[in-house]
Amino acid sequence: MSNLVEVRNLRIEAKTDSGRLVEIIKGVSLDIADGEIVALIGESGSGKTTVALSLMGYARPGCRITSGEINVGGRNMAALSEKERARLRGTDIAYVPQSAAASFNPSSTIMEQVIEVTRIHKLMPPEQARQRAVELFRALSLPDPEGIGTRYPHQVSGGQLQRLSAAMALISDPKLVIFDEPTTALDVTTQIDVLKAFKSVMRAGGVAGVYVSHDLAVVAQIADRIVVLKGGEVQETGTTATILSAAQHPYTRELLAAFEPKPRQAHADADAATKQLLRIDNVTAGYGAVRADGLPLIRAVDSVSLVVEKGRNLGVIGESGCGKSTLARVIAGIHPAAAGDIVFDGKQLQRAARKRSQDQLREMQIVFQYADTALNPAKPVEDIISRPLAFYHRLDRQARSKRVDELLDMVRLPRGLRYRHPSELSGGQKQRVNFARALAANPKLIICDEITSALDTVVASAVIELLKELQRELGLSYIFISHDLSVVEAICDEIMVMYNGERVEQITPDKLTAPTHPYSKLLFSSVPKLDPTWLDGLVRDPELVSQYGHR
Amino acid sequence: MTMARAAAPRRFFLGHSYSLVGVVAALVILAWTLVAILAPYVIPHSIGDIVDDDYFGPMRQGLWLGSDYLGRDMLSRVLMGARYTVGISLAAVSIACFSGVVLGMIAAVTGGWLDTCLSRFLDAMNSIPSKLFGLVVVAAVGSSIPVLILTLAVIYIPGAFRFARALAVNINTMDFITVARVRGESTAYLIGSEILPNIIRPVLADFGLRFVFIVLLLSGLSFLGLGLQPPLADWGALVRENIGGLPFAAPAVIVPSLAIASLTISVNLLIDNLPQKIRDRDA
Repeated sequence: MSNLVEVRNLRIEAKTDSGRLVEIIKGVSLDIADGEIVALIGESGSGKTTVALSLMGYARPGCRITSGEINVGGRNMAALSEKERARLRGTDIAYVPQSAAASFNPSSTIMEQVIEVTRIHKLMPPEQARQRAVELFRALSLPDPEGIGTRYPHQVSGGQLQRLSAAMALISDPKLVIFDEPTTALDVTTQIDVLKAFKSVMRAGGVAGVYVSHDLAVVAQIADRIVVLKGGEVQETGTTATILSAAQHPYTRELLAAFEPKPRQAHADADAATKQLLRIDNVTAGYGAVRADGLPLIRAVDSVSLVVEKGRNLGVIGESGCGKSTLARVIAGIHPAAAGDIVFDGKQLQRAARKRSQDQLREMQIVFQYADTALNPAKPVEDIISRPLAFYHRLDRQARSKRVDELLDMVRLPRGLRYRHPSELSGGQKQRVNFARALAANPKLIICDEITSALDTVVASAVIELLKELQRELGLSYIFISHDLSVVEAICDEIMVMYNGERVEQITPDKLTAPTHPYSKLLFSSVPKLDPTWLDGLVRDPELVSQYGHR
Repeated sequence: MTMARAAAPRRFFLGHSYSLVGVVAALVILAWTLVAILAPYVIPHSIGDIVDDDYFGPMRQGLWLGSDYLGRDMLSRVLMGARYTVGISLAAVSIACFSGVVLGMIAAVTGGWLDTCLSRFLDAMNSIPSKLFGLVVVAAVGSSIPVLILTLAVIYIPGAFRFARALAVNINTMDFITVARVRGESTAYLIGSEILPNIIRPVLADFGLRFVFIVLLLSGLSFLGLGLQPPLADWGALVRENIGGLPFAAPAVIVPSLAIASLTISVNLLIDNLPQKIRDRDA
C-alpha cells in the first residue's frame, strides 16, 4: 500500500425521520500520500465534512457507512470495532474543528486540554507532553509559548484558539490531521497568521492533512491537491495548480468564476443625482453605564459620520468587533445612539425605532446576517413575506398573495416555495426570503448586515448579482456591511473602513483611489488570492501587523 | 429519553409519525373523558343510594366494583368521580396555563419594570406551600367547585409563568423578533404571532404535566376532607372514604387509586409521545 489514505467506493446512508434511507455519499474514492495535504471543497451539503469524518471511521448520528473501504495506514476504518477506532483517534488521526471557541472546555486551562490526548492514550508522561506542547506553541507562532498554557480559553483570541486546537491535534504526532473549515469563522487579517502557522507546522512534521473548506482562495494556499465534491460525488480531482488553471468540471469553473472581478455596473446618473438619502453626523453609541457627559462607558461606534446618496451604495468594512454591526443597528434604531444626528430623506430621525413613524420605518429596512434566526421557523415563507404587505400596505388576502408571487420571482425563487417552512430551505434560499421580506416594504434604503458571510462563495456571488439587478430595477440604495472586501468591492460605490469604532478612511473604487491609511492597507493586502504562491510570497509590514493585527 | 424514543415502534399516518405508547395513552384519556361526559346517563345507581346490606362488598353481579363503606355502589361513584376529577382539574389547568403563559410572554417581550414586578410577585406566590394555601383558602371561604377551581389555578400560575417566560426570553433574542420590532409591530402581535408558535409544543407538554399535578393536588385536598363535600366525591375523596377497606383488600379503595394512576400516567405518556410531523417530504 503506497498511500497513507486510500478510500475506495465509499457509500454513506442517512435515515430521514420517516424512516426513508438517503444515500448522501455515493461512491467516493480518494488517495492521500504521506505528508500530502488534500483539500475537500464543495458547497454546503456536498458531503465534504461527512467524507472527512469518515476517515476516522465516524458517521454522524443517523448516518451509517454502508459499503466501501477506508484504509488509513493499512487499516480499514470501516471494518474496525468502535474500541479499535477509539485507539486510533487522537493518536494516528486527529481532528481540528471549525469552531475552536465551542470546542474548548471553558472551565479548565488550555495546557490541560492540549495534553489530554497523551493522558488518555498513555503516550508520554505529563512533563514531556507539556514540553512538547510548548514546542508546538512556538512552532505555531503563538505569543508567550511558555505561559499561554496556563490561561483559560476565554483569555485568548479566536485565531489563537484555532492554533491551539491544531496544537492539540498535533501533540500525539498523528499521521493524518483533519481540518474542518478551521478559518471560516476568522477575520482575514487573523486568517493569514493561522494559515501560515498551519502550513509551516504540517510541512515541518511531514504530516498528511485533509482540509475541508468552501473557500477556494484559502485552499489554494495550503493544499497540494484538491478534490471537488458535489452531491456526495467526486466531481474533479487534481493538483492545486491544475484545478486553478485548467478546471474541467462546470461546478469547479463556477467556483473559480465567483472569484473573478465582476464588471462594475456603470452609473449613468452617478454625477447627476447627488441627492442625499441618509446622512449621519458624529454618531456615538455603545454599551455599559452612561457617564456624566451622556456617553456610554464602552463606545462601539465613536463619532462616525457618513452619507448615502440615492441609488448608490456604501460599503462598511472592518474586522469583527470594529463596531460595524452596531453602526447598522444604530441607523435602524434598534440600538439608539447616545449622540449625533441621523437625517433620512431630508428629515431628522428619532434615535429609537419605536419613536419613528411607520413610513420612516418602512423606508429603511435591515437584513440580518443569519437567515436562520431572522426568519420565524414556525411560519411558512408565504406568511413571512406577506406580513409587511399587510402591516405597511394594508393589502387584502388576494393582493398579498399576488404580491408574494411577484416578490418570489424578484428574488429568483420558485413560487412553490411559499408553502415551505424556513427549515426546509437551503442557506441561499433562506437569505433570499430574508431579502424578499425587506423588499416587501418598498424601502428606499436596505441595510445589509453581513448577509453573504454565512453563504458559500458561489451562492454568495449569486446573491450579490441579485442585489445589483434589484438595484437597477427598483432604484434602491444599500448600506453593505461586511468583513469580506471582495464582496464589498463588487457592489459598492464608496467603501468606508472602520477600525475600533472609528471611521478610518473612505475609498472610492470607481475612481481607483488606493487605500492610504495603514489599517486599510493591511486589510486590503490580507485578502487571499487564488494564486497558490500568494501566501508564501506575502510580505507584511511587521509594524503594521503588531499595531493592528490581533495575534 | 432519546433511547426510549428510538426504541418505541412508530407508525406513520397523515404526515405524522406516532408511537404506540402515545396512541394507547391517548385512548385511555379519551375513555376517561367520555366517562366524565356521559357519567350521569350510564350510572346504574344514584351515588347517594345505599344499595348493599354489607359494607366493603366484593365485586359481584349488579355491583360490578363492589360497595363502599356505607354500602353504596362503587361503579357509580367512580364514574361520577371521573366527572369531578377531570372537569375540575381541566378547568383549573386551563386557567393556570393560559394566564401564566400570556403573562410570561408579555413579561419577556416588554422587559423592564413590568417584567421585574411580575416576576417578583409571582416568585413570592411560588414560595407559599401549595397544600397550605389550599387549606387556608378552603377553610376561609368554604369548599365549593368554583372555589376549588380558582384555588388550584392560582397555585399553578407562577409555575406556568416561569416556564413560559424562560422559553419566550430565548425566542425574544432572535433576529426575527428584532425585525418585527423595527417594523413597528405591537406587543400583542409579537407574543401571539411570533413567539407563541415557537413555544407551543413545550407549553403543551407543560400543560399536561401541570394537569397531572392538579389531579394529584385535588385528590390530596379531597383526601384531607377539604375537596368536594359528601355525597359528591372525586377519586381522591373516594380513596379517603374507603381507606378503612384497605385491610380487606376491598375494591372500593383499590379502584379509585387505579383510576388516578391510569389517568395521570396516560397524560404523562401522551405528552412524551406526541405525534411528530415528518419533515421529509419525499417519503
